[in-house]
Amino acid sequence: MGRFNEVVLSLCDGFKVNCIIFVLTLAMAVPLGLIVTFGSMSNFKPLKWLSKTFVWIIRGTPLMLQLCVVLYAPGLLFDIPIRSRMTAVLIAFVINYAAYFSEIYRGGIESISRGQYEAGQVLGLTKTQVFFKVVLFQVIKRVIPAMGNEIITLVKDTSLARIVAVSEIIMCAERFTKQGLIWPLFSTGLFFLAFCGILTLLFGYIEKKLDYYKG
Amino acid sequence: MSILEVKNIHKSFGKTKVLQGVDFTMEQGEVLVILGSSGSGKTTLLRCLNFLETADKGKILVDGHLIFDADNKQKPTRAEIRERQLNFGLVFQSFNLFPQYSALENVTLAPKLLAKERADFKKNKAAIYDEIEKSAIALLDDVGLKDKMNNYPCELSGGQQQRVSIARAMAQDPKILFFDEPTSALDPELTGEVLKIIRSLAAEHKTMVIVTHEIEFARNVADKIVFMSEGVIVEQGAPEEVIDHPKQERTRAFLNKLSK
Repeated sequence: MGRFNEVVLSLCDGFKVNCIIFVLTLAMAVPLGLIVTFGSMSNFKPLKWLSKTFVWIIRGTPLMLQLCVVLYAPGLLFDIPIRSRMTAVLIAFVINYAAYFSEIYRGGIESISRGQYEAGQVLGLTKTQVFFKVVLFQVIKRVIPAMGNEIITLVKDTSLARIVAVSEIIMCAERFTKQGLIWPLFSTGLFFLAFCGILTLLFGYIEKKLDYYKG
Repeated sequence: MSILEVKNIHKSFGKTKVLQGVDFTMEQGEVLVILGSSGSGKTTLLRCLNFLETADKGKILVDGHLIFDADNKQKPTRAEIRERQLNFGLVFQSFNLFPQYSALENVTLAPKLLAKERADFKKNKAAIYDEIEKSAIALLDDVGLKDKMNNYPCELSGGQQQRVSIARAMAQDPKILFFDEPTSALDPELTGEVLKIIRSLAAEHKTMVIVTHEIEFARNVADKIVFMSEGVIVEQGAPEEVIDHPKQERTRAFLNKLSK
């Protein structure tokens, strides 16, 4: 029984790290993604080109590789090594997810009909007011399903922190595997399942809340 | 002095010349109806007058006050843009109501945002909002939708949506109200309720410019008819002149096609 408690405590400690990565990534990538969206939708060509290239590189390479690059590149290239592995993980995750989010936002923003902007304009609203008072809410409603999908992917991606030796849940479980105990590794799945289950319910609830209007 | 003077408006999209020198004037309280086949430039003219497109050439004067001059390359300030925009209201063919807001909120949104710029806004916020709501409810009452004011656009019929959008355009009290084919997106049985509202506005001498294909409606609501073809005004005058005794061949051809 003592062994069981030890495993559960260790896995909980590990999953706490996953949760921290999840929450912080989400909190930073959601607004950063919007900034990238503005970049890739900008009429200013160099900025647009820069944003599109950024999204291409981030979406076109494995997150696992990006983690390694963020961890090692500053030390190797500029001689300023990243001291905290957790910081490196967060930087890589935020950048990666901001790129994906930005594309979801762009799709949402471009799906709003031009008539909405024009109606705002002829009523004397400024461009900023049109965006925040008219368009944004409609975009949120439209991107919620896609964001839910991406955010659930993020929950599971947090386990990639393991490859730069941040002791998240999988890494904690593997310590037991090395001692000949395989079930802790398999049971990590339950943590992810429970977390994603809660998120699924949450997104279902949000979608239902936003369903008071059509269009 | 004319309330609106439009001088020599030109607009091209790429190589397509859509407007090739449009001139007209209208007086306070007048209802001007623009007729013409599709592609004649009616909608583009309305869009240029409402600054949804920027005319390549020409001038627009409201009350003798120059609000647009294509030769003036200076970028207008945000305040100038808003001020010139507020001269005009526009009712779209496809309504363009804001789906996430109720009918009442659709009407109050712009006045409430504009009120934030008033100097006494912070002090009298509640009173200002209250007044805006009251006049919005009165406008919705005018279009016969007071009992639907808390409904969302998706819960309203096309005709009701268009009536909300008329109330929304009226809420900013524009000097001139423009209608871009306000009944073209409606089922035939719903056009009547919208035309009735426009007629009652005409009876109150609201200055209006209406693009429409409803000839009978044009005949009895218009003080002046403008017939457009290929980006120019071919003929203009009183409805009985233009509709019943057209002088130009192109006007006759257009009216013949409609009556068939």
